[in-house]
Amino acid sequence: MKKNKESSWYAVLFDRKIRHMNSKSSSNKWVNYVLLLATLISVFTTVGIIVILVTDSIHFFAEVSIIDFLTGLKWNPLIEPNKSYGVLPLVGGTMMITLGSALIAIPVGLGSAIYLTEYSSRRFRKIIKPIMEILAGVPTVVYGYFALTFITPKILKPIFPEIQTFNALSASIAVGIMILPMVISLSEDALNSVPDSIRQGAYAMGSTRFEVASRVMVPSALSGIISSFILAISRAIGETMIVAIAAGMRPQLTANFLKPVQTMTGYIVQVSLGDTPVGSLEYYTIFAVGLLLFLMTLALNIISHWILMKYREVYH
Amino acid sequence: MKKITALFFVLALAMMAVLPVSVAAQELKGEVKIDGSSTVYPITQAMAEEFSYEYPRVRVTVGVSGTGGGFEKFTVGETAINDASRPIKESEAAKAKENGIEYTRFTVGSDGITVAVNPENDWVSDITVEELHQIWKPDSKVQKWSDVRSEWPEEEIDLYGPGADSGTFDYFTEAVVGNEGASRSDYTASEDDNVLVRGISGNKYALGYFGYAYYEENQDKLKALAVNGIEPSVKTISNGNYTPLARPLFIYVNNAAAKRDEVEAFLKFYFNNAQEIVPQTGYVALESYEKALNKLAEITK
Repeated sequence: MKKNKESSWYAVLFDRKIRHMNSKSSSNKWVNYVLLLATLISVFTTVGIIVILVTDSIHFFAEVSIIDFLTGLKWNPLIEPNKSYGVLPLVGGTMMITLGSALIAIPVGLGSAIYLTEYSSRRFRKIIKPIMEILAGVPTVVYGYFALTFITPKILKPIFPEIQTFNALSASIAVGIMILPMVISLSEDALNSVPDSIRQGAYAMGSTRFEVASRVMVPSALSGIISSFILAISRAIGETMIVAIAAGMRPQLTANFLKPVQTMTGYIVQVSLGDTPVGSLEYYTIFAVGLLLFLMTLALNIISHWILMKYREVYH
Repeated sequence: MKKITALFFVLALAMMAVLPVSVAAQELKGEVKIDGSSTVYPITQAMAEEFSYEYPRVRVTVGVSGTGGGFEKFTVGETAINDASRPIKESEAAKAKENGIEYTRFTVGSDGITVAVNPENDWVSDITVEELHQIWKPDSKVQKWSDVRSEWPEEEIDLYGPGADSGTFDYFTEAVVGNEGASRSDYTASEDDNVLVRGISGNKYALGYFGYAYYEENQDKLKALAVNGIEPSVKTISNGNYTPLARPLFIYVNNAAAKRDEVEAFLKFYFNNAQEIVPQTGYVALESYEKALNKLAEITK
């Protein structure tokens, strides 16, 4: 008897609460506005960043033509007397690091994700997952020094004796390791979101494990997997600390990974930490390079979104 | 209540014990105006900071108008001390005389730039200024070691040096290239000398330049070249033999201002602590500051 009374009392209160939430009482409106404000803060921040990048870049492009900037092959904005503002060496550096890290993270990451979802035992997964989390939590500055003090002298130098202390290869390896957890966890999520019925159906048709993985699971989860690649790549493009420490500070257009290069992010760090006077042309190079970086990352995000939308498979 | 009053008395007694000491230091007050060289600035600024712990009521202000800019103020009596990374010019000396300013020059330390290579570099121990000029000038065609001297290896020279913000850069380009601020740009430029040390010590064919203090700290990882036959060392830098990459650092003191208590106290503090503080700022201290202290005693007599 008592139970009935309690449950009914609770039901009445609960019902009232729901109706209260749906009504436009003043406290509800207040919560509404606070949450709206929280959302708008991120919008304003983004708009603010874009405004600053664009307005300060205008100062730069008033003195250096966009064509010279985008097609020039020599980047020397600081040292007299032959100053030049061709950004391609910096873009080249960024591309080298991005490419190198993708070549490491994508095959290893996808392979690991497939293994973890299709092949491994539950116990193995239980051990590996926390290790992945740890890898993802290592600060990038640690990766940078790891590249400089371990990867280059202990691993790369024995293989390539002519390698230099600061080089693109060790930075690429370190960035690749850094984005690996991202590729693995996102690809794994994509693979896991494919309904089990599809997997079981493939096995039922007599496919081997490898056929199931490569011909059924991966194509079904493809948009999520590719999206994870692109996210990891855009993370690699914007990586600053590792390249600032290990990749070098020589903006040079080269295909040789054993040489030092300078990325766009590395350049921004170098100038920001110096004592370049505010308002000078050297100062505005920070914003021009920053704007280019922002646009490249934005383009990549848009492509990723488009791919996700276009190739998404909807499962009921 | 009793406990609190007891505590109060103990504190009062403690303060009274400390008071005489702090009052003495507190008593000295006034202003010491300093301006001048940005090279000497780190030393003078470090001195000013340490001095203000002991004499908090004396205001020491250090400006950075450059040696020349500082002299303009010094020669009309606006500043008590001028930091200088070069000797006073004749025109400036004449102006001082015109305005009745008598001054004394003190050497506070030396700045020496070391040209360093990798310890495995066995083909060069001595380089001439002319060769350095060939390597570092703006349109330099030197890419390999053999471009400088044919018997050197036919390997690319890997260059390291400070960036354009650095005072060392200014001085080296002036002394070696002949034009302050002019240099080739295809080298690893970093204001962080540790980056340069790392780069040079990791590459057999590297060459770079930075302040003597960094070479000294990393002697096991680097090899210093003799320039025009003279090796850099505390001795050759402080006696000026290591030219043109060594230069003495001066302060010029207004004699009349030195007679003021607070200025005299500051200068005494300066010379008494130079041995310790100058190396901390990256420069080379003199072997002894006795002469400076004696000179100071003379002008404040």
